[in-house]
Amino acid sequence: MMACCETACPLWVDAAFSAVKIALAMGFGLQTAAFLTWVERKQSAVLQDRIGANRASIFGFKFLGLFHILSDAIKMMTKEDFAPPQGLKPWHTLAPIISMCAALMCLSALPFGASVELFGRSWNLTPIPLEYGVIYVLALLSVGVHGVVMAGWASGSNYALLGGLRGAAQMISYEVAMLAIVAGPLYLYGTLDLAQAAAWQARTWHGLPLWGIVLQPLAFILFLTAGAAETKRAPFDLPEGEAEIVGYFVEYSGMKFAMFLNTDFLESIVLAGMTTTLFLGGWHLPGQSHLGLSGPLLAALGVVVFVTKLMGVLWLLMQIRWTLPRFRFDQLLDLGWKNILPLALVNLLVTAWAVHLFS
Amino acid sequence: MNAKHTVAKVRRPEVRFQEQIYLIEVWKGLVITTRHLLVNLYRHLSVALGRGGPAGSVTTQYPDDPQVTAKRSRTRHRLLKREDGTPRCVACMLCETVCPAKCIYIQAEESPDVMVEKRAKTFKIDLGMCVFCGYCVEACPEDAIRMDTQFIAFPGMTRKDLIWDMPELMGDVKKDPKPVKAVDPLGPAAS
Ligand code: SF4
Ligand code: SF4
Repeated sequence: MMACCETACPLWVDAAFSAVKIALAMGFGLQTAAFLTWVERKQSAVLQDRIGANRASIFGFKFLGLFHILSDAIKMMTKEDFAPPQGLKPWHTLAPIISMCAALMCLSALPFGASVELFGRSWNLTPIPLEYGVIYVLALLSVGVHGVVMAGWASGSNYALLGGLRGAAQMISYEVAMLAIVAGPLYLYGTLDLAQAAAWQARTWHGLPLWGIVLQPLAFILFLTAGAAETKRAPFDLPEGEAEIVGYFVEYSGMKFAMFLNTDFLESIVLAGMTTTLFLGGWHLPGQSHLGLSGPLLAALGVVVFVTKLMGVLWLLMQIRWTLPRFRFDQLLDLGWKNILPLALVNLLVTAWAVHLFS
Repeated sequence: MNAKHTVAKVRRPEVRFQEQIYLIEVWKGLVITTRHLLVNLYRHLSVALGRGGPAGSVTTQYPDDPQVTAKRSRTRHRLLKREDGTPRCVACMLCETVCPAKCIYIQAEESPDVMVEKRAKTFKIDLGMCVFCGYCVEACPEDAIRMDTQFIAFPGMTRKDLIWDMPELMGDVKKDPKPVKAVDPLGPAAS
């Protein structure tokens, strides 16, 4: 599975390096997810002329309400871990674990940077370099639906069950659309490897970076839409439906609930990472060749650029989340099956035709 | 049905194609929210840096900052006294009758003053039920009951604490209400 090094080097170096990379990627994901709870509160507050959560303080020092992340964590961990007596306890416990692990595993396939030549060998900065990374990520994202359905079913509550069913219908619908959407750009890049897809976009045409968003604008918009639906966040938060239509995690409390919450954030991060990789040129910065960087510095720049782009997409997702009202369920399914899917297929056809014409 | 009745035709706005594809509308919405975000961020920053300007939010941080109510707001009740210190109330029950919340409870008794004839033995207002409509003030023929401005903080630990009796309503017994800052909603120019 690991891209093997050219020179003979002990296996444990490879193993240790990939373990560190995976730990870093997952740590990055979890930290960002925690940070996103703050961003969500503050961004929504500022754009609605409010202040947002600002009461948590340590020795009277509030620091823009950042301590709410900490107080949230303490609250979630010390809350009663309630399992409904009419439910199925083992599955009730397993559901958030499946959801969150699937989202976490996606993170380790994102290409955070290119390869670095150091100490006479090349170090691949993708935590798990896979030739079929796109399939891996999409497959794991769809594993997340198991958690949703399992949570609904094991809660022993009809509301939760209905929420789980909504979640299943929504996520499966948009998975189909998602595959059709990424088919276009992937056909263009000629690879299923996320790192290679990002590397392909480093080319320019008369100074214009040929990123996916330039060559595949329709796919970009569709991907963001379908991705937002896949992550079950507003305006597509029908499985959850905080106040009006009770959702699949209604019977959850404490840390298990927080895991479902984090899953949504982690999936947003994965989605942002995929968008960055497939449409925003990955770690590529236009005009980076003029900087005269090389080796580790260039790789570090790549990681920074990738993370910055990822944060940008996350910001956009947040902004959309606080701009649009929720869809109705029939609108949601109509959007997925009757609009996004046909458009994605048309996009694939046009892309295939254009690739054959110009290559 | 009366033949004179005509049903007014309301023209509903038509959903045009550009609204149906929704993307343009999403873009418009995003422009609005992003503008709010940036403007408010700038204002927050400008206030934080001590450069002044309008505040970035409309929030009143209530326990820390005083609650801002309108200058003309009518709040907690007050029973007025005559020059000799006796209550003006003649226990006519008009306020109790008019009160929509049915939260005034009066017991009448004979007054030693023959010119007054009747007075209130007990006069209770349950401020926990009062809707602060001011009808009691309007109804009173003796100008015996009024409402103070800016007294909105009269908390109690139990519902019973919110039932105010005559001495408290006349101000003989202090319930320690905190007055709040008065602000004219029409702005300083109008006042
Ligand atoms: S203000 Fe209105 S509700 Fe309150 S006591 Fe007077 S009449 Fe009753
Ligand atoms: S209307 Fe005035 S005089 Fe009559 S009972 Fe009420 S407060 Fe007393």
